[in-house]
Amino acid sequence: MTATVTPAAPKAPERAPHDPANLIEVDDLRVYFPIRSGIFKTEKGHVKAVDGTTFAVRRGETLGLVGESGCGKSTIGRAMIRLRDATGGSVRFDGVDLTTLDPGQLRKYRRRMQIIFQDPYGSLDPRMTVGSIIAEPIETHHLASGAAKDERISDLLRLVGLDPNYVKRYPHEFSGGQRQRIGVARALAVEPEFIVCDEPISALDVSIQAQVLNLLTDLRTRLGLTYLFVAHDLSVVKHISDRVAVMYLGKIVELGPPEQLYGAPGHPYTRALLSAVPVPDPVAERKRKRVILKGDVPSPVNPPPGCRFHTRCWLYERLGQPEDCRTIDPPLKMVADVPDHVAACHYADEALKTDVGIAHIDPNQVRRGTPASALASLVAEKGTAEQTPVLAAPAFADLPEPTGEVSATDAFSTEDPSSTDTPTDRVDPF
Amino acid sequence: MVGADEEISAADAPTIVELSADDVLRARTDAVANAGLGRKAEHLLEVRNLSTHFFTPDGVVQAVDDVSFDVGYGETLGLVGESGCGKSVSALSIARLVPDPPGRIVSGSILFDGIDVLKLSTEDMRKLRGKEIGFIFQDPLTSLNPTLTIGYQIGEAIKEHMGLSSKAARERITELLAKVGIPRPKDRLNDYPFQFSGGMRQRVMIAIALSCDPKLILADEPTTALDVTIQAQILELIQRLSSEFGTAVLLITHDLGIAAGMCDRVNVMYAGRIVETGTVDTLFENPRMPYAWGLLDSLPRIDDVRGDRLRTIEGMPPLLIAPPKACRFAPRCDYARDVCWNSEPELTPRAEPEHSARCWATEPDGWIG
Repeated sequence: MTATVTPAAPKAPERAPHDPANLIEVDDLRVYFPIRSGIFKTEKGHVKAVDGTTFAVRRGETLGLVGESGCGKSTIGRAMIRLRDATGGSVRFDGVDLTTLDPGQLRKYRRRMQIIFQDPYGSLDPRMTVGSIIAEPIETHHLASGAAKDERISDLLRLVGLDPNYVKRYPHEFSGGQRQRIGVARALAVEPEFIVCDEPISALDVSIQAQVLNLLTDLRTRLGLTYLFVAHDLSVVKHISDRVAVMYLGKIVELGPPEQLYGAPGHPYTRALLSAVPVPDPVAERKRKRVILKGDVPSPVNPPPGCRFHTRCWLYERLGQPEDCRTIDPPLKMVADVPDHVAACHYADEALKTDVGIAHIDPNQVRRGTPASALASLVAEKGTAEQTPVLAAPAFADLPEPTGEVSATDAFSTEDPSSTDTPTDRVDPF
Repeated sequence: MVGADEEISAADAPTIVELSADDVLRARTDAVANAGLGRKAEHLLEVRNLSTHFFTPDGVVQAVDDVSFDVGYGETLGLVGESGCGKSVSALSIARLVPDPPGRIVSGSILFDGIDVLKLSTEDMRKLRGKEIGFIFQDPLTSLNPTLTIGYQIGEAIKEHMGLSSKAARERITELLAKVGIPRPKDRLNDYPFQFSGGMRQRVMIAIALSCDPKLILADEPTTALDVTIQAQILELIQRLSSEFGTAVLLITHDLGIAAGMCDRVNVMYAGRIVETGTVDTLFENPRMPYAWGLLDSLPRIDDVRGDRLRTIEGMPPLLIAPPKACRFAPRCDYARDVCWNSEPELTPRAEPEHSARCWATEPDGWIG
């Protein structure tokens, strides 16, 4: 929307050549929103939602993107599939710069990338049946029609663990978890390679969250998908991601594999975030060394000079307010010589020397939940402790130019549609 | 003090209705005991056999069904469970704020500091609310009036309940704002809610809740709308102030991590019932109810080694219209047997003190040891 206006956007550095291992390459991406006021709606400044980030999403991986509200994580997700136009920088999908494509060219790429939204209530049209919601993208991209289309819709519903007989129902007849499954089915309808999951489980209850998380994990394995998983919950992101990026005020401040990023975080902000995550274990909770950040996140209209985090940084205070934090914006640098793990902090080495933020996170902690005796009784009774019925693979063969790595032989398991989330077939007196 | 009672009267009290002395709690709340000159009862709050139903065109929704629990002076009790389990309705019932119609408290008693809340006149109830019982709700933006300054909104309760002059009230408001960590409190008295960030608004809510030195704070998902770092600030504030003032807290949350960090004791609710209760350590160390297992299993944890599949609780909670005489969790339970479908278990003591669960399988003669 402001593609022509690139205020204060410095010349982008020479971008790296396309690496075939990467599905998406984001180079110095900037998304600014104009602030207009007065009767002539003149521009008074810009909200720098995304202010110069560079990263890549590898084929088949899940990249987790965490940060607090307003840090720009959702905007990045949307700019990556061009639901928002970039103010500066570029997004290359499979080597092709999406930011310069015209609408006709873009359309071809739209099919290959989809998005799942946070709000399963707001993102489904209440006047459309489930069938027509899922049919829409299929029709838009002329992928199937008639009986073949109906067949595909049934397959998709089965794939996400819903009963295919639900096609004629309306969204309000479903629970939040079921609606989110419909949203997933709609995204999968065009057989995308890349899906932006924008806080897909934040609106759901704990037990339903786990069901949807498992579904997303299964689908990724089954269909060879690549995810950008945007969320504010660090535990969820750790669970699902191959690599995790932490955002603060429009920039990625740390990026790395979860073991490194959660085990030895190099950025003081990552540590502050981790220190705030509650653990369902009173013993661990007592070990917590909480970093209480001062105040609120500064305005993205006028981000602080130098390192954006220095105004709230505990390490900056601890080190006696070094000058370079105020003057030099730190680039992403490798942390502790671990490949793949980078942080944007001048003093990452100092952060590593402390246990601030991670004192209560003990991976050797015994996880409590179902006791062993109960699991044993399940095995004794049913012969297996797992309840994972196998679902028939969907017939995607009739899609033109099939993409992704669909293998018809691997058993895809998800919740049995007849036992999950289905108020109609409750077999009991309830 | 459900659990504590049972420690003492476990032999002859299979249900939680019986009351008895409660030394365990007293020891725990020394600080409060010093300040607790005005103690009128064993516990600050005693809820007995509370049932709150909603009379809808589709039928009677038994949102809270025969729930009993206590909150000790200065204690933090957690009510955890998923949406619709009855945790919020329990809290609203205590404050008699259940929207009527369609809701109504149909039976039970609620003793607050020795006063039978359900027998109070509307006028007396109004005096209790805000003065003796403070509230912190989930969404500070909708629970504050957008057209009034925060100074006015805090002052409202103070003037109403404490009879202070305008000048004295103003001083108290400034003091409260400073207490909850709002910078430049004098200047911000005349600001409107929209001029505050989410975290700051929640601080204002806490200031209002604390304004009249209440004995109990009902905190209904106080941090659910906030970012994780702001959540940590607010939780720390609630914890610090409640111990400083000896205020008891009934903390309603869906987040087991918050319950583990904040509470002395925890009640797990499911489908309108308390299904497990215990001290925070017992409950997280050795839960005795498959629903609690499922909740703990289905949570991705930050201290996990990166997980594969999560064990999930299949299905959804039952409708609360005319629930049958069966364990309400049976349809989703992996361990359910015929007895679970034929009769509903009572909340009975388990091996550890103050610990009870509503489950046939983990009874002493049950099939899971």
